[in-house]
Amino acid sequence: MKRNGIFFWIGAILFLAAALVMTQVIGNQYPFFAGYVILQFIVLAVAWSILGGYAGYVNFGTSAFFGMGVYTAVFLVKAVGAPLAVQIAAAAAVGALMGFALGLLTLRMRGIFFSIATIALTIIIETSITNWRYVGGAAGIQIQRPAVTEPFDNYVQMLFFVQALLVVLAVVISRYIQNSWIGRGLQALRDDELAAECTGVPTLRLKLLACVISGALMCAAGAPAAMYLQYADPASAFNLNYSVSVLAMSLIGGTAHWAGPIIGAILLATTQQLLTVTISSEVNVLVLGVMLVLFVVGAPEGIIGLIPRVHRNRKEGEA
Amino acid sequence: MFSFDLLLDAVVIGVLLGCFYAAVSLGLSISFGLLDVPHVAHPAFLVLASYAVFFLNEHYGVEPLVAGLLITPLFFLLGLAAYRLYYETFEKRGSDAGVRGIAFFFGIAFIIEVLIILQFGVDQRSVTATYVGKAWRLGDMRIPFRLLVAFAVAAALTILLTLYLSRTYMGRAIRAVAQDQEALRLMGANPVWIKQWAFGIATAVLGIAGALLIIVAPVEPTLDRTYIGRTFCVVVMAGLGSMSGTLVAAIILGVAETIVLTLFGASWAPAISFAMLLGVLAVRPQGLFGRRS
Repeated sequence: MKRNGIFFWIGAILFLAAALVMTQVIGNQYPFFAGYVILQFIVLAVAWSILGGYAGYVNFGTSAFFGMGVYTAVFLVKAVGAPLAVQIAAAAAVGALMGFALGLLTLRMRGIFFSIATIALTIIIETSITNWRYVGGAAGIQIQRPAVTEPFDNYVQMLFFVQALLVVLAVVISRYIQNSWIGRGLQALRDDELAAECTGVPTLRLKLLACVISGALMCAAGAPAAMYLQYADPASAFNLNYSVSVLAMSLIGGTAHWAGPIIGAILLATTQQLLTVTISSEVNVLVLGVMLVLFVVGAPEGIIGLIPRVHRNRKEGEA
Repeated sequence: MFSFDLLLDAVVIGVLLGCFYAAVSLGLSISFGLLDVPHVAHPAFLVLASYAVFFLNEHYGVEPLVAGLLITPLFFLLGLAAYRLYYETFEKRGSDAGVRGIAFFFGIAFIIEVLIILQFGVDQRSVTATYVGKAWRLGDMRIPFRLLVAFAVAAALTILLTLYLSRTYMGRAIRAVAQDQEALRLMGANPVWIKQWAFGIATAVLGIAGALLIIVAPVEPTLDRTYIGRTFCVVVMAGLGSMSGTLVAAIILGVAETIVLTLFGASWAPAISFAMLLGVLAVRPQGLFGRRS
């Protein structure tokens, strides 16, 4: 366990160092444009799994949190010209509040009812933003990027590194949760909520905690997107495609281990980037849907689940 | 600005619209309400039916309602296949059907959406029929014929389905399987086959409902997202599996939507069904006519 921990931290530091070196060495902007999106989906998928994977609550409201992150940033830029760090911190706070509200509202809901409620929340928030003139309404709003800070010489490179930081933050939190009593409690309530409650697991507080953490991370991941696109409109910021992508990434990667969503997000987001460039964005959603259905039917535990199965099969073959 | 006439207008249109909402929700009332299948793809099937009707109407000039009837057997088979797949992969294995079952239907919904986009493009589509575009004048009130057609067909459909579930052998079996699957098995019936049949019926109804959908207003591939809210709002508000409740709940939704539309404008419309759904889930999860406590 201890050695595992050291390896993990070395890996995290190496990852950040590599991201930083990339921004200094590579002159071509495209890798950062594409890489940013992949990193963003890693954060979203890891955050989703905290509630969806450990606790088994299928959240279709990823786009609600993501969109709120975008619009928190938009609002702060327009109102006070806040810097990027403030935008992200504020988005995290908004996301935490939203997660708390979602948790309170859906305390009694299980399974499909919870999922439908999260879709409902998405549409309601989207409609409210659409009717809010100050942040552009349905037509959307243009945003000017401020000057870039040292040591970066391009704003997208900086966003790329910021998103890499968020990835590390999200993974550290997710890994901590999995290995602590919180994760065990969440898994217990996932398997049997009543039994968990009876054996003294504080299911209510754990669920709220998972909603808050997951929501804060998703919102924070959305905040830099305003500066990345230099534009925001409700229809794309709250697009349900975010929800289905993140759901697919987490389930395809596997939700039993913190590394699952990362594998799923890297795999799917990279495929999506390639498909969008080479074929079309419709085909990329189609591939996503087909892969989601295939994995859910054929490999219920995701890619992570396939690995121990290989080991087990090998052992059975020997015996 | 706001007047009594306007309100009356809104209520009349709302009731007609509500009956139409009942027609598109009946299938879900069976599949989700009675069979407990988390059928998030229901609205996607509905939009698919609309496009099938559009195709028949555009290329062969088939009357939309007739086209709806023509595709009904196909949708019945589609329903049988969909339930068999769902049963074999999730219900039979039993473990963790919740999370993955929902993801499964969500994935199916997205696949259908994209296939429609690839085939028909993202533009709005509508059908041609003699009653589309005309209206019935009643004093100052103007009631579109298309809404009246939808109202009549929807009412007939609701009555037929209610009779089917209460009077026929198979209909009673469907309600029995919803109440106690184990008891049915002990009596020598095959609950899986009955559920599969019920799912087929629920999907077949979508053939007609899809025709109504495209008669009432033009459709676009992503329309199913709005109808997730409407259909689930109606079914949950009705109380799971109640057919007459479905009609009442749908009328409540229809009237609420048209009133808000008149008062605040169309941009708020998509949120109404979802807000009502959230409200019902939070306050009275068993619905207005719930069969369970």
